[in-house]
Amino acid sequence: MILNVNNASFSYDGVTKQFEDISFSLGRGEVLSLLGRNGTGKSTLIKCILNVLTLQAGSVEIDGRRIAGMRPDEIAREIGYVPQTHRAVFPFTAFDFALMGRAPHIPAFSVPGEEDCEKVEEAFARVGIAHLRDRCISEISGGESQMVMIARALAQEPSLLILDEPTSHLDIGNQMKVIATIDRLAADGIAILMSTHFPDHGFLVSHTVAILENGRLIARGPAEDVITKENLREAYGIDVCVRYVEEVERMVCIPMSPCGCHGREEA
Amino acid sequence: MTHRKETNMKTGRETGDVAVGLLRSVSREGMPIRDAVLRFIPAGKAIYLLPAALFFFSLFFGRYMMDPVETFRILTVGTANAFLDSASSLLSTLTGHQVLLPSFEQTWGASEETVVFRIRLPRVIAAMLVGGGLSIAGASFQGLFKNPLVSPDILGVSAGAGFGAAIGILLSGNPMVIQISAFFFGILAVAVAYGIGRTVGKSSTLVLVLGGIIVGSLFSAFISLTKYVADPYDTLPAIVFWLMGSLSAVANTDIAAVAPPILLGSICLFLVRWRINLLAVGEEEARALGVDTKKMTALLVIASTIVTASAVCISGIIGWVGLVVPHIGRMLVGPDFRKLIPVSAVLGASFLLVVDDIARTLTATEIPLGILTALIGAPFFAYLLTRKKVGWIS
Repeated sequence: MILNVNNASFSYDGVTKQFEDISFSLGRGEVLSLLGRNGTGKSTLIKCILNVLTLQAGSVEIDGRRIAGMRPDEIAREIGYVPQTHRAVFPFTAFDFALMGRAPHIPAFSVPGEEDCEKVEEAFARVGIAHLRDRCISEISGGESQMVMIARALAQEPSLLILDEPTSHLDIGNQMKVIATIDRLAADGIAILMSTHFPDHGFLVSHTVAILENGRLIARGPAEDVITKENLREAYGIDVCVRYVEEVERMVCIPMSPCGCHGREEA
Repeated sequence: MTHRKETNMKTGRETGDVAVGLLRSVSREGMPIRDAVLRFIPAGKAIYLLPAALFFFSLFFGRYMMDPVETFRILTVGTANAFLDSASSLLSTLTGHQVLLPSFEQTWGASEETVVFRIRLPRVIAAMLVGGGLSIAGASFQGLFKNPLVSPDILGVSAGAGFGAAIGILLSGNPMVIQISAFFFGILAVAVAYGIGRTVGKSSTLVLVLGGIIVGSLFSAFISLTKYVADPYDTLPAIVFWLMGSLSAVANTDIAAVAPPILLGSICLFLVRWRINLLAVGEEEARALGVDTKKMTALLVIASTIVTASAVCISGIIGWVGLVVPHIGRMLVGPDFRKLIPVSAVLGASFLLVVDDIARTLTATEIPLGILTALIGAPFFAYLLTRKKVGWIS
């Protein structure tokens, strides 16, 4: 197992628990999609796994080592992190931006060398954005910037990739591009943990889906078992339709009409 | 890899263009000089020759105009002789015998030597140290605070140093006391701001900035207070002039005192220059990329503050350099701190050298530097903004 989360609990103020007693693990090439309402603690859990926030109880292990005792650069060599969006202040080129992913492999008083540049070129080729290398990150689109951030995380040469809602700001075409990239990276043997707001993406890519609700994982397992009418009603308070669609040859999950009238059947 | 080479060439060419553009405006024909320069100097490196040229120019240029060749001879031969002299005395003490190494013939008068070595050289070196140091510190702080509108005194170092100097003027008037007091209070102001930031916790740079604002306004009030109680015919003008900045009183001993800390801090910032990139993209991302952001923040604050406080304590308050020079640098080489830090140093040294040359030659009395940096810097910056697209204004 690459990632082991054991009985993890966290609280910002020491009183109200953000989440409690969470356990799961993730192996090479596996993808885990984390579902849950806004504010339910998905991002907090991710920050705890990255050791940006410190767990109150329980532990996170990466490749058998407890993360609490590791230096930031040691963690960054194991875990690549892709934030939701990047707010660019300085117009770095996509290449220089992705080059920062090499930081955990470069001593503090040093600068990237030829080998580091090659690693970044490789990462760009791997996610198929070699054409973006000289563009400014302040000028490229949201989908392109998401890909550049994935390339940056790959430049870290991580065994685990964590993506925080990688598709939330993207149009449907770019969503599928990102999903396809994630699928490909998992096939290469990287463990992937992503939080998402689209249950349907669980069917598109995930090996495992977990739902975080009220500080606990209310369900965890294969997408078909977890993404059900009942679970999603509990997590989001809405009715969904989950069924197999012949044309796309997969299960889909779509929300019912919110007013309960099921579209315009009478008309 | 070919792509990469091309971009290097491209940015390099841009750098060269500005340097060469300056040359071209001097020459009537323009193109021939440009071609010649481009042939012999790798375009991107041309900018690094600017301070060397200005250094020499500033030594012979002034109200007492000197012959360039003579100045060059005084500088080189004089330095060699001074070196041989000290070697002789060192050997004499070591061996116990009188050793006299040969020295070069001195072809110039004592007054020329005084002008070059006693008056202009310390001043020129001070201008370069202060200008380069403030620019490096400004560039680093802009990266640390992820804000291109930040200047080196964001954490209150100038206000603190100003108060320190004012107190020194009020209580003693001895230049050395004034300098030490300015340096001490400059560091103290930043330490308090940093302490506020750490006490509030969250380690966010925003709290640090707020701490700087608090400390800055506090020390500004203290400055006003010292001005209020100062003697209006004696110490008050001294305080006011100090706050406007000047290099007219800089002596060789001052250089010896502040050059080591300025160089040390600058070298430190130069060494971590690539890591500043990571802080500039965001604290959380930097941490996820393996940067110990607390340590990095502390390092940048300490190094920049030492540089700024050392600069300010010999020059007084010189605004505008640390803010604008990094911008000009970004227009030339882009936002990557690997190139921005050295280019800022070179541009800052050149800029303040030119401004100081103007300050000491334009009128019969010295013009305070703080006034000139804004008078020259502001329109120049406005011109640059209209000429070239700036990344953070879209």
